[in-house]
Amino acid sequence: MTRTRRRNALWAFAAAACVVATSAGADENARLVVNGEIEMVTRTAAPAHLNGALPDIRSGWTFRTTETQALQIDDFDNPGMIFVDKAMDAWNSVEGSEGKSCSACHGNPMESMKGVRAVYPKWNEAAGEVRTLVMQINDCRVKRMGAKPWKYTGADMAAMEALISVPSRGMAVNVAIDGPAAETWAKGKEIYYTRYGQLELSCANCHEQNYDNMIRADHLSQGQINGFPVYRLKNTKLNTAHARFKGCVRDTRAETFKPGSDEFIALELYVASRGNGLSVEAPSVRN
Amino acid sequence: MKLSSATLAACLIAKAAAAGGVAPQDVSFAEDGAVAVSLSGMAGDPAAGARIMTTRGKGNCIACHAVTTLADAPFHGEVGPALDGAADRWEEAQLRGIVADSKKTFEGSVMPSFYKTTGYIRPGKGYTGRAAEADPMAPLLSAQEIEDVVAYLMTLKD
Repeated sequence: MTRTRRRNALWAFAAAACVVATSAGADENARLVVNGEIEMVTRTAAPAHLNGALPDIRSGWTFRTTETQALQIDDFDNPGMIFVDKAMDAWNSVEGSEGKSCSACHGNPMESMKGVRAVYPKWNEAAGEVRTLVMQINDCRVKRMGAKPWKYTGADMAAMEALISVPSRGMAVNVAIDGPAAETWAKGKEIYYTRYGQLELSCANCHEQNYDNMIRADHLSQGQINGFPVYRLKNTKLNTAHARFKGCVRDTRAETFKPGSDEFIALELYVASRGNGLSVEAPSVRN
Repeated sequence: MKLSSATLAACLIAKAAAAGGVAPQDVSFAEDGAVAVSLSGMAGDPAAGARIMTTRGKGNCIACHAVTTLADAPFHGEVGPALDGAADRWEEAQLRGIVADSKKTFEGSVMPSFYKTTGYIRPGKGYTGRAAEADPMAPLLSAQEIEDVVAYLMTLKD
């Protein structure tokens, strides 16, 4: 406890110092260690498949202000953890016609779900498709529990996705892009570089060509999704990757894609693969 | 009779043309991307141009470009080059071409095309996320608004 307080005091001091130094306030070289024990890789070499498109890959955390960064240092300060607690209740609750809860088959998620978040989206051999974590959760709910599927980007789903991510925190994102996933990955890559909408903007225009630049009041990041679902101070809830994709495409004055669409599943796989090597951070905190 | 957005857009374009202006699909870009004549057929108003450049629902030029003389408006971006001294570096015709459709001057530019009405991928109805109803759609800025912005840019001399 003393150690925690001292750490917090140090952070408050560091935050104050940084505010004086630069008002934009992002310390891109800060280290992220959660709860004093989970060492996060927030900056590392780009995966080979990027072919030099990025000099290195950086977690969205490195682009945020010192104050926002601090909220992810300790789970007691991380508002996203409130939703994780709620999801833990849901995990243990029996739902649906089969009289099962998640825990009936999977026990303690902190043990059984270790490493899962890091490799999703992932090819599912039996289903013959690339599945996101959300799809897998709903498959379990419908087929094994006899329960209704959750809304793709709804609060229940975002919270469950966050809970399942927690035991993988600190592990490197490592989604497979070859073999049967290759086709979906290639489709996601094509979407990433397509200039949509009346503003004719691709993901790459902002997040590859212009990360670290300001666009009006926004400090552009690399658009990495290793921290998703992410608690945003802007809307005070957990946000899923597909909800963020939808908003981004909409903001190009385009007809956006739907959460859970083939396009966004492919895009999630591709964007996740751009972060292969960064740590799973969810639930992360951003502005 | 209910006017569809397409009809409306067509009417607006026709009106611009009738007033001595140039409709978006008729703009003549030189080899280097320059546009020699006023798109509206009239002179631009630099004061109106400054408002368009700082207004989110209009040009919002400062979202990407810093402009010292517009420092009263908050949050200038860094995506494009600063525009200070633009009139020293460019002729009016080139600036008009860049504002109307920058990709004709800078191939592959990130900058949106402000006087273009067709040829988009999944064009939307504004920022609703829904599909656009009109094709051709209304340009991001009208001919006169482009002229106003160009007139303001011509005041940016070091």
